[in-house]
Amino acid sequence: MKLLIIFLSAAVVNNFVLSYFLGICPFLGVSRKLSSALGMGAAVTFVMSLTSISTWLLYHKLLVPFNMVYLEYVVFILVIASLVQIVEMFIKKSSPVLYKALGIYLPLITTNCAILGLALFMVLKDYSFIQSVVFALGAGSGFTLALLIMAGIREDLDIADVPRPLKGAGIALIIAGLLALSFMGFSGLLSG
Amino acid sequence: MDDRSGFFEFKKGIISQNPVLILLLGLCPVLAVTTSAINALTMGAAVIFVLSSSTFVVSIIKRVVPYQVRIATFTIIIATFVTIADLFLKAQFPDLSKALGPYVPLIVVNCIILGRCEAFASKNSILKTLLDALGMGVGFTLALLVLGGMREILGSGKIFNISILGQSYEPMLVMILPAGAFIGLGLMVGLMNMIIKKR
Repeated sequence: MKLLIIFLSAAVVNNFVLSYFLGICPFLGVSRKLSSALGMGAAVTFVMSLTSISTWLLYHKLLVPFNMVYLEYVVFILVIASLVQIVEMFIKKSSPVLYKALGIYLPLITTNCAILGLALFMVLKDYSFIQSVVFALGAGSGFTLALLIMAGIREDLDIADVPRPLKGAGIALIIAGLLALSFMGFSGLLSG
Repeated sequence: MDDRSGFFEFKKGIISQNPVLILLLGLCPVLAVTTSAINALTMGAAVIFVLSSSTFVVSIIKRVVPYQVRIATFTIIIATFVTIADLFLKAQFPDLSKALGPYVPLIVVNCIILGRCEAFASKNSILKTLLDALGMGVGFTLALLVLGGMREILGSGKIFNISILGQSYEPMLVMILPAGAFIGLGLMVGLMNMIIKKR
């Protein structure tokens, strides 16, 4: 039950994009087409789950016992960067089809704040190992969901008559605001 | 690039190449910490510190770092300075540090900083780099301060905890919520586009 709550809370109630503002750059950058939004979402979810596993182990088995918590940011960012690199090489070798689909999005993920944010929140909320993995899956699906909704709206927006100064980023941010408002409807879900 | 004066390198970050409103970089902290003007100011100061120190170091060591590992090197330099800033805030301003939460460590992945290291500091002299970093940092802080101030005034009728709109003002709660951040920034970006186009 606790795990289900963690999953739902990360996916919809405290959606990473719409209430923690993590991963805004890809959210605005790759949300023009549904297919690329899905690819980006899948790549992020995949890297998030791997990140949660490796950073949890490193933090609780290496940094805490050796009293080196002050190194956490340096360690986390190194882990994420190398992880993305390894995943990219692995997918390239093992599944060229998947590589073609995800390829261009993978390097972008290193600088996605959602990944580092996930590792930081995991430590902040003091999750156990299983909880961290579930948290990562929830956050990843929430990110994908927000990206897909946004892409769906923006595909229609291309033919809409938007005031000139607001074209592009301006209107995208305002739509994100309206989405954030509607996602607030979920906030009553877990309080009861 | 050489005929441009040092003052130009400083000035461009504030209006014509404002990192937030024109280049749209580093939006996560912009949206997250602008619930009040004081949070925005603290975040801006932290970013100015990290931005100028890391671009300074990058511009010193730019000839020594091999091209292939430059991004990894820059990232470690940035992470080091972010750790310093975070520990300083935790020790000196525990309340502010708590209010900003994980968004201070998230400066590590702020695209503005890596962007300036890669695009400017690794190609220019130390003095120009410092001016560029300061300009970008001030532009970032100003954008944060305007958005933070607007959200705080509309959302609670106060600024820096001083009531200015009086008792009769009904706070627009939505401005403090995430939705207010998105809509406020969207309108600011639109306004900035209008100003730039008119020139």
